[in-house]
Amino acid sequence: SERLATIASPLSTTEAMTERKAVTSYNNFYEFGTDKGDPAQNAGRMLTRPWTVAVEGLAGKPRRFDIDELLKLAPLEERIYRLRCVEGWSMVIPWVGFPLAALLKAVEPLGSAKYVEFLSHYDPEIMLRRPVLQWPYAEGLRLDEALHPLTILAVGLYGEVLPNQNGAPIRLVVPWKYGFKSIKSITTIRLTERQPATSWRRAAPHEYGFYANVNPEVSHPRWSQATERRIGEIRKRPTLMFNGYAEQVASLYQGMDLRTYY
Amino acid sequence: MPNFLRAPSGTQIALVKATVFLACLVPAAQLALGWQNDTLGANPIETITRASGEWTLRLLLITLAVSPLRRYTGLHWLIRLRRMLGLFAFAYAAAHFTTYVWLDQFFDWQAIARDILDRPFITVGFAAFVLLIPLAATSSNAAIRRLGGRRWQSLHRSTYAIAILAVVHFWWLVKADLLKPFIYVLILAALLGLRAWWREQERRRQLSVPPPAKHLERPVIRIVQK
Repeated sequence: SERLATIASPLSTTEAMTERKAVTSYNNFYEFGTDKGDPAQNAGRMLTRPWTVAVEGLAGKPRRFDIDELLKLAPLEERIYRLRCVEGWSMVIPWVGFPLAALLKAVEPLGSAKYVEFLSHYDPEIMLRRPVLQWPYAEGLRLDEALHPLTILAVGLYGEVLPNQNGAPIRLVVPWKYGFKSIKSITTIRLTERQPATSWRRAAPHEYGFYANVNPEVSHPRWSQATERRIGEIRKRPTLMFNGYAEQVASLYQGMDLRTYY
Repeated sequence: MPNFLRAPSGTQIALVKATVFLACLVPAAQLALGWQNDTLGANPIETITRASGEWTLRLLLITLAVSPLRRYTGLHWLIRLRRMLGLFAFAYAAAHFTTYVWLDQFFDWQAIARDILDRPFITVGFAAFVLLIPLAATSSNAAIRRLGGRRWQSLHRSTYAIAILAVVHFWWLVKADLLKPFIYVLILAALLGLRAWWREQERRRQLSVPPPAKHLERPVIRIVQK
C-alpha cells in the first residue's frame, strides 16, 4: 500500500499500538456487512478514486473538494489515538490525517452554523441493501467539537493509505467519542443550524445519543461501559472519562448533564 | 426406505450415536484449537462467547426438532439421540457461561451480579442456563425411574421455556442487525407451533370420537338356558 509522508503530533498517545492486522480485520462498517470480518472481505469493491467531498450548507465559500486536493490541504500528521467502541472493546491506532478545522476554515462557516453533519458514501450495488440502519450513514458534531484540535479527518493508518474497510478514502476520527461517531468514507460535510439526525440515534434513540462521549459512568441500556477490552489483551481495563481525553475536551461540556446528553 | 433406516440394528444405532457425538464436539474442538493457535480473530473471547452461545441455541432447536422429525419420517429410533443432543446443548451453555464468568468478567462477581440484575438480556440468558441444570441432572435412566415418567416429562417440558429465553437472549443482545435472531425465532416458532397443532388435533380427535353405542353402556346380562 502507498506510504504517506507524515509529521509526528504531540497529541499522540505513547501507548502500545494495536496490531495492524487487528485494526484492518476487525471492523464495524455495516454497509459492507454486520459481522466484524465482513468489511475486510467486501469493502474492496468500493472505488475510492475518483472521489469528491462536498462541503456545503452554512458556509461563506461552500464547494466540492477532490480527494487529492484534500490530501494537500494541510500537512499530514500521525495521530496515535485510543479508539473506544460502544460495544466495549478498544484499540490504539496510528491514524494519518489533518484537523477537520483546516477544512472547515477553508469554507468559512457562517455565524449561524452550529452543527456539522456528515454523510457516508452509499452504493446499493456494492453495499448492504437491508435497512439495518438508515443509509447513507449519517453522523454529526457540534461546531465546537468539529473545530477541536483532536478532531481529524483521517486518510491513512500505520503510515499508509487508509484501507477500504477502515473508511477510505477519508473518514472522521473523534477520539473522545464512541467509535460510531467517526463516520467512514465521507462524501458530504454540511454546516447546519440545527442538530442533524444521526444513523444510530435514529435506529435506537434511547441507546445511542447525539453526543456519544465515552463515559464509564453512563451505561449503555444493555451493557456496562465501565470497562473495556483492549484488542490483543485478555483482561478488561477500566474505561476512562472521555476515553482519556478529559483534560482536552471536558470544558466543551461544562454545565451539561452527561446522563441526559449521552 | 432401506431397512437399516427404518429399523437399524443395535450396532448401527451405536454407530450413529458415536457419529453424532463426535459431530457435536467439532465446534468445541475448533474453538480450542483456534485459541491455541491464535486464529480466532482480533477478539478471541468474543468469538468463543458468540460461538458457544449460538451452538447452545442450535442444539436446543435440534433437540426440539427430534420429535417432529420422528413423527413425520417414521424413524422412531431418532428419539434415542435426543438425550445426547440435549446434554450437548447443556454442555455448550455451560461453556458459554464459563467463558463469560472466567474469560470475559474474570470472576468479577460484583460486575456479574450487576449484569444479571440490571441487564435484561443477561437476566434471561442466565435464567435459561439455570433452568437447564435440573434437566441435565435428571437425564439418566435412574433419574427417570426415580421421578416417574409423568413427572419427568412435565419437568422436561421446561425445554420449551428455555428455548424461548435463549432466543430472547440472542435477540436482545444484537445491536441492529436482527436477521440472524429472526431466523432462530422462525425456527422456534415452527417447532413450538407444531406441538400446539398436535395438541389441538388430539383434542379434536377426542371430541369427535362417537359416544359408545347404547347397547355397550351397560353390561349385558344374558340368561342362557342350560
